[in-house]
Amino acid sequence: MNKQLNTIIAVLLAIFTLASCGGESSKSGGSESGDQLTGAIRIDGSSTVYPITEAVAEEFRAVQPKVKVTVGVSGTGGGFKKFSRGETDINDASRPIKEKEVKVCEENSIKYVELTIAYDGLAVLINKENDWVDHFTVEELKKIWEPSAQGTVTKWSQIRPEWPDEEFSLYGPGVASGTYDYFTEAIVGESGASRGDYTASEDDNVLVQGISGDKNSIGFFGLAYYEENKDKLKLIGVDNGTGAVIPTLETVKEGTYAPLSRPVFIYVNDKASARPEVDTFVKFYIENAADLVQDVGYIPLPEAEYQNQLNKFKDFSKPQQ
Amino acid sequence: MSKIKSNRLKDNAFKYFGIFCTFIGLVMLAIFIGNILIEGLGRIDYDFLTNLPSRKAAKAGILTAWTGTAWILGLTAIIAIPLGVAAGVYLEEYGKKNRLASIVEINIANLAGVPSIIYGLLGLEIFVRILNFGGSLLAGAFTLALLILPIIIVATREALKAVPDSLRQASYGMGATKWQTIQYQILPAASGGILTGIILALSRAIGETAPLIVIGALAYVPFVAKTPMDEFTVLPMQIFNWVSRPQHEFVINAAAGIIILLLITFILNGIAVYLRNKWQKKVNW
Repeated sequence: MNKQLNTIIAVLLAIFTLASCGGESSKSGGSESGDQLTGAIRIDGSSTVYPITEAVAEEFRAVQPKVKVTVGVSGTGGGFKKFSRGETDINDASRPIKEKEVKVCEENSIKYVELTIAYDGLAVLINKENDWVDHFTVEELKKIWEPSAQGTVTKWSQIRPEWPDEEFSLYGPGVASGTYDYFTEAIVGESGASRGDYTASEDDNVLVQGISGDKNSIGFFGLAYYEENKDKLKLIGVDNGTGAVIPTLETVKEGTYAPLSRPVFIYVNDKASARPEVDTFVKFYIENAADLVQDVGYIPLPEAEYQNQLNKFKDFSKPQQ
Repeated sequence: MSKIKSNRLKDNAFKYFGIFCTFIGLVMLAIFIGNILIEGLGRIDYDFLTNLPSRKAAKAGILTAWTGTAWILGLTAIIAIPLGVAAGVYLEEYGKKNRLASIVEINIANLAGVPSIIYGLLGLEIFVRILNFGGSLLAGAFTLALLILPIIIVATREALKAVPDSLRQASYGMGATKWQTIQYQILPAASGGILTGIILALSRAIGETAPLIVIGALAYVPFVAKTPMDEFTVLPMQIFNWVSRPQHEFVINAAAGIIILLLITFILNGIAVYLRNKWQKKVNW
């Protein structure tokens, strides 16, 4: 009996020891000869920006395989907490840094640069056969989606009297998605607050099918998915008080399609950008953003704007070099 | 007569209600597992296990996630098992049954019920910041070890309690010291129960995501960890990350990841059941 116990303990220990073997400890910081950089780049922050940064990190690995880029998803705020303590080199952010976070950075003497890397836009969609809706105002969208609308606002005529006296049905991303958070924040005014009686799916194709098969449907999701399903759905403009604006690459880039579009950022720490691997990575990020951003479903900045961001970063990182 | 009838009726009614309740859970589980298997089984192949994370769902793999989980599991076991078993042995065999002991006992029972995110916050402050482990495997393993310590301690104590006193007295009667008695009689006799507890505790640890997110487990890690100080990701993190992606291909990836995670859990639980049965047969007192 005792023998068996010992055997098992020995086997367990052997497994763990094997697992922890592996030699070759990782080096951090500093550049090596030639083009091959080494070191580690720590990135954290928004889960909205994560797909872009992941795509860039993946491509960067093909160019600089020895640089260890890691990306976390603590959220914009959680990411800034680490960034302002100097624990991360780059922070992904789906909103600009807040006053409070700026202060913490100053207290810890952390200097940083804000770089805009893409736009994130939401599309409001209806069925192709729907001929009465020309646009929605932000007010109307709020009336439709706010939590108190559940069970009380159910007919088109309640939104605008001249619309038909028929019930509408709602489609949108699930409550766990960043898209949902963003829509509710922009429209209802509070992130995560909406009515619950709508068809929710994390799969945008389900939403596309739902909206295209139901004459009385209203739905929303990322603009990139509309681009792939143009023929099946009707895109509706949103009026924020300055006239109805249809979201297009242009209106999103110009910022006129508000409030359902927003820029997303990365923040780079000054001590980090002085390191060659971070410097190279950020430049690589901006130079390749246009393609990769579209790849993962976001809207790129205009070419000239990427050049501006690149110059902004070069100016920022110059004094340290 | 009618009294008997109505009592029989009640008896039957409760029986069917009980069956109904049992099946709700089972049916849910069957639907869930069936759904996952249909979605994800076709996605699992050698490449899926050996590829790095990628923005292209078809190319993405779980190499860093499952190796991270294996690392975490190993390190957590190394830290938690000696501490938990030793604490359990002390409390059960050496500790005096006084007021202090009962306070300790209540606290350990309470600790087993503390939400895991709280352990994450504790780990963030102590291991990540004060001890300066950073968001490393070591910090994660220590945090999860804290999380499962109470479970191991309680399981150890229960297993020790189940060892009949006659065994102890016989050992003392032969002139053995306390430690000799524990080492050669009590621990071997209780090891089935202890190992079961340890394995169940470890299977809880591998499913935990919240405390690891807090201490800084990452979503994108393109290298397999080589030392305990490396940064890491784990399977639940990778699954969580994929589920929140809008593209359906990533959801399929998540389903495949869930199958792998379930597989690891089932294997661990299987080992626990096997050990328990084995020891129950061997030990005759």
